[in-house]
Formats: sequence, C-alpha cells, structure tokens
Amino acid sequence: MNLLEQQAANRRRTVLVMIAFVAFLAVVGGGVDFFLIGDGHFYLPIATTGAVGVGFFSSLITYFHGDKAILASSHAQPLDRTMASATTDDDRLRYQQFQNVVEEVAIAAGLPAPRAYVIADDDPNAFATGRDPAHASIAVTDGLLRALNREELQGVVAHEMGHVRNLDIRLLMIISSLVGAVVLLADWSGRSIGGSDNDEGGAATWLFFAVWIVAILVAPIVAQLMAMAVSRQREYLADATGAELTRNPLALASALRKIDGSAEPTRAIKRGSAALCIADPTGSSVNEREGRLADLLATHPPIAKRIAALDAMAYQGAAAK
Amino acid sequence: MAMIVLLVVVALVVFWVIGTYNRLVGLRNQTQNGWRQIDVQLKRRHDLIPNLVNTVKGAMEFERDTLTAVMDARSKAMGAAGPADAAKKEGELGQVLGRLLAVTENYPQLKSNENVKSLQEELSSTENKISFARQFYNDIATKMNIARQTFPSNLIANNFGFGAVELFQITDDAERAVPSVDLGMKPPA
Repeated sequence: MNLLEQQAANRRRTVLVMIAFVAFLAVVGGGVDFFLIGDGHFYLPIATTGAVGVGFFSSLITYFHGDKAILASSHAQPLDRTMASATTDDDRLRYQQFQNVVEEVAIAAGLPAPRAYVIADDDPNAFATGRDPAHASIAVTDGLLRALNREELQGVVAHEMGHVRNLDIRLLMIISSLVGAVVLLADWSGRSIGGSDNDEGGAATWLFFAVWIVAILVAPIVAQLMAMAVSRQREYLADATGAELTRNPLALASALRKIDGSAEPTRAIKRGSAALCIADPTGSSVNEREGRLADLLATHPPIAKRIAALDAMAYQGAAAK
Repeated sequence: MAMIVLLVVVALVVFWVIGTYNRLVGLRNQTQNGWRQIDVQLKRRHDLIPNLVNTVKGAMEFERDTLTAVMDARSKAMGAAGPADAAKKEGELGQVLGRLLAVTENYPQLKSNENVKSLQEELSSTENKISFARQFYNDIATKMNIARQTFPSNLIANNFGFGAVELFQITDDAERAVPSVDLGMKPPA
C-alpha cells in the first residue's frame, strides 16, 4: 500500500469505528428503552435517541478535541512552557534540541511541524496524536530526552512523524477515546441490568435481551482487542516510515533498545492511551512474548522483532551502496 | 453505437490529459516549494555563522585562518546562482564549517560555554534541516523528472513545456568524504 492508500484506509477505519460506536450506543439505549423503561415494550425511544445523540456528539467532540484530552490526561506540557520553567542550562539545551529535532523531521516529511509537548516522567516514552498532520502533537517524556542522544531522539520523533503522516494518529485517537467510553457504558448498563425484572417474554424479546447482554459484555473486550490489533500493526509501519524519513534505521533501533532496557511503567500515561505510545507504557511483559495469545493481548509488537526489522533495513541500505 | 464508443474514448482521453496536466503542475509546485524550503534553511545557516564566529573569535585567536575561511565561504555561498552552483558552494561552506566545529573541540572553555553549545545545537539542527530539505526536494524532483520522461505522461510534459528539474546534488567527492558536522553533541545526562 502506498501512502495515499494508507491514509485512505485509515480514514475509512476511523469512520467505521465511529459508526460502530454510535451503533453500540443505539443497542444499549434500545435495551434500556425496551427492558428498563418500557418493561418489554417500545413506547418512546427516549434512551435510544439520547444514546445515539450522545454517541454522535461525543464522536465529533473526540474528533476535534480528543488530542487535547489525551495530552491533558498524560500531564503533557507544551514545550515552550516547559522551556520557560527549565532550571538548568542542560535542561534548556535538551528542550531546544527536542524542538529542533521536531522541526527537522517535519521538513524531512514535508509536513507542518507538529506541536511539541513534554511529560514530566522519568520512564522514556513518546506518542503522537491529533486529527491530521496540520493539527498534530508529539509528546515525549523527560526520561526519553535524558536517555537518548540526538540521533536516537530524531529516530523516535521520525517514528511518531510516521504515525502523523500515515494518519494513524486520527484512528488511534478515536479508538482510544471511544474504547474508554464503551468500557464505562458497558460497566454502567451491566450494573443496571440487575434492577430490571422482565418476566413476560416471547422468543423475540429473549433474543433481543440476549443480543443486548452480549453486546454489553462483549463490546468492551472487542473494542480493546481492536485497539490493540490496530496499534500493533501500525508500529512496524511507523518504524519503517521513520527510517525512510531520517535514512537512519539504526538510530531508531538503538533508541528502542534503550527504551526497552528501562521497561518500567510510564506512570503519567494512562492505560487508555497505551496504544499510541512508541513502547507499551504499562510495562507489561505480554508485549515481549510471541504466540497467539500474546499477539491478541499486546498493544505493541515485541521490541526485539522491531529492532530486527530495522537492522535489516540498515543492512539492505549498506548493501545497496 | 460507434459514435458513442468514439465519444467515450475522446472523453477518457480528455480526462486523462487534464489529470496528467494537473499532476505535473502539482509536482512542479511541490518542487518549487521544496526548493524554497532549502533556501530558507540555507539563509538560516548564513545568519547563524557570523554569530558563531563572533562568539568563538575571542578564544580562538590562533585559528584566524579557519574563521576567515568560514566567512569567505559564506559570502561565496550567499552569491550562488541556481541549484548546481548553490550545491557546490554550500558544500564547500559545509566543509569549512565542519573544520571550525572540529577545532572548537580543542578549546575546553568554548566547549563548556552555554552560548557556544546553544549555537552549535542550532547549527547542527540547521545542517540537518538543510539535508532533509534537500532529501525532500530531490525525492519530489525525481518524481517530477520521471513523470516528464516516461510514456505517456511525457507527451503532456513536452507539449506544455514542463522543463527538467535540477537535483540538488553533492557533486564534490571531497564533501562526500567529510564526516557529518553533527558532533554528536548530547547534553550531559
């Protein structure tokens, strides 16, 4: 797939996720109308209308403001503010370097420079978010700035720029925000099921009830698995795009080794945003294992595999010279 | 029936001509834009050099030759005309600049000077921006040149006067051999 196809695919997936989200809310709302309010009958679809409306508007709000919510929940500060409050010259130099690297990589990609954010956390990690390249943000932790040298930082920023250019940021932003909403909602309606007592039931009623329950129980799991699958796939591509931008896959490989070496949880980054990060911020070991179950539960492919892929790129590059 | 087939064929050809023409115009604009981006970064490089030279001048009395060489190469590069000429003169400027930065390493009081460090960071960043802008420009220019040389888009390119685009190439073997200007400067952990 070339770049345009990648972008088109991500646009399509984003719309599909939003539709699925609204549909899920419609089912939940319909169930509330039918079982809880109507007691086995449809009178007025109050909850359905409400739920669909809420789903529609929250999708829109997420689309336009999801990046700010994600940045705020990770306690990311705009770089200029961090720079102003830097106490030592070394810190100031590091922030200056980060700003420069973001501008460099943006030039390599031929895109406007994303806004740069810093997260005060000692574990090295980074993520990108936003709805399109003109409204993109790249956030890194203080730990990352401290651990990596200039070239490695460039590799990581180029990886994030890959997510920006391929429009992964839009898809992952939508998924990670809406997945959170689905989990909350399922939890809430799951609890309210206990309060309903519908004993008159035809086959259709039972069928709908079964679908409703299954939707509520299964939706959060499916949503989370989907988020993980999408993010896992996109990581390899972002690594490749990053290498294409800097023409230096080894720097990114070495950065990944360093990030891997300090696999503590990145506390500032919430679980819901895990799929966006360059390395799993939960520090879970699932991502390091191979096999079907691990593949299903991990947000990121094993770092060893990614490093091997990058090393192979460098080898091909050297052979071509 | 034959009429309809003919009309469809003509319509397809017209659409193809319009599409190809627009693609070529798009590529041409992108190359011009890419070239301007290189220009912006080169100008920035030219602006930074006097700052750096002035900052290190006091401490580097013995390196007067190097400093003069840098300033000379700078003024030559500023007067360059066209991509090929600019590439050559900027390449020479890059070389002497690299030498200056390498020499700076011998002066501990400069190495630990915050001002110098910050200028060095700006300069290595500008060097990176120049090479990335060049990479981007060359990629687009190559795409443009392929489009104007390959069949059938060459028919459109030739008829509407889309000229060949010059690549920003390193022509000097000496520059190729020079190590990158980036001194791997990393703030101490």
